[in-house]
Amino acid sequence: MSTETIVIVGGGQAGGWAAQTLRAEGFKGRVVLIGDEAHRPYERPPLSKAILSGDAHADTAYLQKPEAFDALAVEWRPNATATAIDATAKQLRLADGESLGYDKLILCTGGRARRLTIPGADLPGVHTLRNLQDAASLGAALIAGKRLLVIGGGWIGLEVAATARKKGMEVTVVEAMSRLCERTVPAGISTYLQRLHRSHGVRIELGASVERLAEAANGLSATLSDGREIGCDTVLVGVGLIANDELARAAGLACDGGVCVDAQCRSSNADILAAGDVAVWHSEWAGRRMRLESWQNAQEQGIAAARSALGTDVNHQPLPWFWSDQFDVNLQIYGMPAPQHEVVVRGDPDSNAFVMFFLDGDHVVAALGPNSARDLRFARRLIERRTSVDPAQLADVQVALAKL
Amino acid sequence: MSDSQWTDAAPLDGVPTDDVIGVNVEGRDIALYNVEGEIYATDNICTHGHARLCEGFLEGHEIECPLHQGRFDVRNGAPMCAPVTEAIRSYPVKIEAGRVFLSFA
Repeated sequence: MSTETIVIVGGGQAGGWAAQTLRAEGFKGRVVLIGDEAHRPYERPPLSKAILSGDAHADTAYLQKPEAFDALAVEWRPNATATAIDATAKQLRLADGESLGYDKLILCTGGRARRLTIPGADLPGVHTLRNLQDAASLGAALIAGKRLLVIGGGWIGLEVAATARKKGMEVTVVEAMSRLCERTVPAGISTYLQRLHRSHGVRIELGASVERLAEAANGLSATLSDGREIGCDTVLVGVGLIANDELARAAGLACDGGVCVDAQCRSSNADILAAGDVAVWHSEWAGRRMRLESWQNAQEQGIAAARSALGTDVNHQPLPWFWSDQFDVNLQIYGMPAPQHEVVVRGDPDSNAFVMFFLDGDHVVAALGPNSARDLRFARRLIERRTSVDPAQLADVQVALAKL
Repeated sequence: MSDSQWTDAAPLDGVPTDDVIGVNVEGRDIALYNVEGEIYATDNICTHGHARLCEGFLEGHEIECPLHQGRFDVRNGAPMCAPVTEAIRSYPVKIEAGRVFLSFA
């Protein structure tokens, strides 16, 4: 089989790494990269932190420097939208009417911020955060002394809350669940995050939802389910992501809240692959089918999809790795902690630096903690090597993890 | 090469075996590595995310950035894995009288 043209739909981190990898692997054919933004591929983590606050310029987020991107000799189509896949004819149609023939198609279409459907959800001053334009628009509204209401106590919400608080805003976070980041961390870490934010003066309302937003004499007003009103000037809605899988679904590809792929990143059509936030696959570390919305997965699955498209055997099963920066805390998570795991704590959980290990029998399957990057890096090795460990040694800060 | 090109960076026994340290040499932030007794030197700031490599993870001849886990070969600064794509500058090293000397020429 000769592959002459590879088309990548989606110019984000996964798409950018796919393009980079095709060239790094020596592919000499035509590479078309279709992005719906004006920007070449960039990393999204700074959008809720340094770029949002204005401390870093958007240029710092790009995957490649301009000359390195040019050197890839990719046909880059910014501000372009793919509208349909003809999987039989192997053609991709664009909104401007052009049809592109492909040998392999890599879908890196990512996701979009979920919006609220409550009254007032579209009022000026109500923001979501997904791309550089969103960050510029929200960033301009982060003004000392003004009031920010964050709807959703997940990662985006908490990071924006921290950035806004550091800017001197009054910040309230409203979360519908009974604790912060309920979907992704155990209760002890939710408590830790709550304490962290409250100690920095963020107001947190748990088990509360916003029923309506309205314009008020002085800014905006949010009505909670219990009838209380919260006044604010700006609202950030951080209630999750919707996978952009419409293109794939319309083409008849198997989808389940995203494009279903195997560990070789192949969809139900052998010539169409998917990677990044839009891809659903069976993670062996999680033991279930899932999307992995993370910086790491966007990069690693983008790389894996490109190699797979070129006929290389890949097995995309990275140990999930996630981090978040809030105030003076860098929290990292390796693996997928679950309620059935035995928990071992190293260090003081009431302090700002400790590690929680999650054990399945005699080996560590997940680890997390604030301000412990180095210990966690050793924990990663324990997890990946399935090293047999003694819980007492893990908990003993006098025992170097490097020696286990 | 004249001796004046070599700059004293650190005592040799200040670079523990199979470890990395950060040193300031004439205003430059430098990482010194000791791989099984051989000393190597590179710039200390990662070419990707502005983290300090001396706080990273040295495994064999590869230093892993503590921020995003990009890797460089400490012998020549070559980028070894994503997200780093740009080499980090490496420097010639010589050991004399128990001291580590670098050449910035």
